[in-house]
Amino acid sequence: MSQEQAIAATTKLSGRATSLMANEFLTFRLSGEEYGIEILKVQEIRGYDSVTQIANAPEFIKGVVNLRGIIVPIIDMRIKFRLGNADYDQFTVVIILNVAGRIMGIVVDGVSDVLTLEAEQMRPTPGFGSVIDTEYIMGLGTVDERMLILIDIEKLMGSSDMGLIEQSIN
Amino acid sequence: MSTDLEQFYEIFFEESSELLADMETCLLRLDVNSPDLEDLNAIFRAAHSIKGGAGTFGFTDMTEMTHMLESLLDKLRKGELEVRSEMIDAFLKAGDVIKAQLAGHRGEGQADPIVAAAVCEELKRLSDETQAPTKELTNPATNTEIVQVEAKVAEVEVSTIDDSSRLTYRIEFSGSGMSDATLENLFANLKQLGNLESLTPANVIDLCKLKLTTDKSEEDIWETLAFVVDPATLIIVVDSLNKNEATAIEPDKTNSVSIDAKSIVDEDEFSMTDMPPAPGYGFFPGAPAAPKDIDDAESSLNSPQQLSANNSKNEANATLNKSSSKANTGAAAPVSETSSIRVSIEKVDQMINLVGELVITQAMLAQTASQFDPVVFEKLHSGMNQLERNTRDLQESVMSIRMMPISFVFSRYPRVVRDLASKLNKRVELKTVGENTELDKGLIEKIADPLTHLVRNSLDHGIEVPEKRTAAGKPAQGTITLRAFHQGGSIVIEVSDDGAGLNRGKILSKARERGLPVHDGMTDQEVWLLIFEAGFSTADTVTDVSGRGVGMDVVKRNIQGMGGRIDIESAFGVGTRISIRLPLTLAILDGLSVAVGGQMFIVPLNYIIESLQPTAADIKTVSGHGRVVQVRGEYLPVIALHEIFNLRPNVTEVHEGILVILEAEGHKAALFVDDLVGQHQVVIKSLESNYRRVQGVSGATIMGDGKVALILDTAALIMTSQQEAV
Repeated sequence: MSQEQAIAATTKLSGRATSLMANEFLTFRLSGEEYGIEILKVQEIRGYDSVTQIANAPEFIKGVVNLRGIIVPIIDMRIKFRLGNADYDQFTVVIILNVAGRIMGIVVDGVSDVLTLEAEQMRPTPGFGSVIDTEYIMGLGTVDERMLILIDIEKLMGSSDMGLIEQSIN
Repeated sequence: MSTDLEQFYEIFFEESSELLADMETCLLRLDVNSPDLEDLNAIFRAAHSIKGGAGTFGFTDMTEMTHMLESLLDKLRKGELEVRSEMIDAFLKAGDVIKAQLAGHRGEGQADPIVAAAVCEELKRLSDETQAPTKELTNPATNTEIVQVEAKVAEVEVSTIDDSSRLTYRIEFSGSGMSDATLENLFANLKQLGNLESLTPANVIDLCKLKLTTDKSEEDIWETLAFVVDPATLIIVVDSLNKNEATAIEPDKTNSVSIDAKSIVDEDEFSMTDMPPAPGYGFFPGAPAAPKDIDDAESSLNSPQQLSANNSKNEANATLNKSSSKANTGAAAPVSETSSIRVSIEKVDQMINLVGELVITQAMLAQTASQFDPVVFEKLHSGMNQLERNTRDLQESVMSIRMMPISFVFSRYPRVVRDLASKLNKRVELKTVGENTELDKGLIEKIADPLTHLVRNSLDHGIEVPEKRTAAGKPAQGTITLRAFHQGGSIVIEVSDDGAGLNRGKILSKARERGLPVHDGMTDQEVWLLIFEAGFSTADTVTDVSGRGVGMDVVKRNIQGMGGRIDIESAFGVGTRISIRLPLTLAILDGLSVAVGGQMFIVPLNYIIESLQPTAADIKTVSGHGRVVQVRGEYLPVIALHEIFNLRPNVTEVHEGILVILEAEGHKAALFVDDLVGQHQVVIKSLESNYRRVQGVSGATIMGDGKVALILDTAALIMTSQQEAV
């Protein structure tokens, strides 16, 4: 199979690859892998402190914090995707997202930078399994020698296994 | 022009709704035997204003209906016809039709044209009937149409004109740009003022020449025409038999109109002296100040429309904005002389949020400042005290912005009672006491449905038919009283009737039928509580009013959802009184903070009865795992908060911790916590807006140290303990 045919085949599998447009992405690290999320979904970046636990919540939902008067839930991505050690120190970073009309925070290993990716730097995702279900991966970005896994953060946070949004019973 | 008009649609819709509501209130208040002239005038003015606005926007269905209303109302207020109750019914129906038409123009629903036509017919029939002897005015037709929409302040109140002279006017205007229909309409209007003769040369469209013989004044004719005709081209010349000079009116009119509008805009009060005195405008005898303000306001609303016809659009927009706010001022005037401003709800909510934040910040500062030595930092402490006082006052003021008098809710019930009473063939009078009592706007909307249900219940089940009442020695007309007053930090609303009262025996037997645990020794209070059970009804037949048994439990749930309580008192044969108690504000909660395993929770104060430190002997176990505590002879289930929330408590033995005795919905329970921290007033923050609903938690708040504390859903906790216990 030639290169073009392979790409065409994988394009069919991850249909969303064609909808990528030039965009700015915030990159962060999770257990050695680099991820990118659309910068427009990011509200701010802050440290991790004084989280109030919520009873009977899944382990990866650490609790809620007071963000200038709003109660915001905090999810630890490292626990959710079982990546490495979930330590909390003064370097722990929380990315506050504003997706689907809700504000929430995710704990990550570290934040890198904001990159602008052109359409040709983005490639469709190969169909192999990865830590984050490929359903939520929009594509792969290439900058210099780095590979960024571009996540559809809105879909990921809204999914039922995140348990953030109550799924309506039909 | 059309884009400018669209901005004003919203204002027109809002004000017409208000006018329709006022109209309905006046109609219901009208005593058929001795109608209050002021009420008739108020109703007439309301219809007139709606017609004017509707005409501007081209809502012909509304103009037709309001025109019919106006005609009949005019006859009534001039005493040419006597008020009859069927007229009031027709008016009420017409009001409903106009409401539906308004909704149709807003884009919600459609008015039924058949109903509208039927109501028009009925109004016409009533107005054509034999009239009471008239006092004046030679031509009955002239009474029906007084199209006065324009600038002059006094013109709405045209009284009986003393001079019966009929004058002939020559009228000329440019008809260019006017549709045939508009011209037809115009001629019809003019014809109703008097005898109309057309002097227009054939085939000339642009210039219209008419001769009108009428006893109306020049201003009347001017206003009839100026609404549709470009005033710049309008010339009215008196060609009269009685008057000696011909007066050209047109240029002066334009100027005086501008003056009128300007003077209205410049000053807050509408001084009559600014208006050039007009012949034939008597002021309505004995009219108090307030109605004049309404006229001023209404006419000032309309005058800018004329200004814009004069091509001073910018000015018109400015004056319309200003005068619409003044029109609101005027429209609010009848009840009290206070002025008001229309503010959008979002702005008020935003302000309430900000004040809430301020309260939190102030609490944080107070907590930090308390650590400082009071002697050394005396100024700091006195400053903090001052800040606390100021913050509390600010909070109360801001909360009171959202408070509206409960008359907004009560005002709809006269209609409900009237319609329902006639449907059930009962005679009922509705009394309202304490209409000025204020409550939060959010509560007003939520209380309306439960109250409606209670009123309908009283009417249906409470008040007996007149025969039964007289047989029982009661007056044939029953009374339902709606009463509202403040008590402590709550507002109490009572619905009481002098009807048959609750039938204890019937309720008990019905409860037994449904398998509820009842016994004859229950107190009356407990028996009355049974009617709140879902599906409970002692009605023999199910009507479309009630009897299905779905009402009272929904009422109770709604009231409790607002943080309130509902109580019943009743005496068989005498009557029933249902009291609803609601907290005055929704966003701030008095709570007791408790600590469990290092975490803080807030327990709402209104559920707490007491707290105590039990001895080991008071704790008993039931069936090996449920724990109960004996308090004052009662056994209450123990709810261990650390078990509910899976926390690691500092103490595990109940007698080493604190028990907080709670009560909700008639059930009591004891909450087991590590420690009591203190009493706080907290601002409720929503947990669900960014997270999801958590069992046992009704919200969250931010404590003085910036940390989040969860507010317990006490009622839910107690109910789950009821199900688990035993």
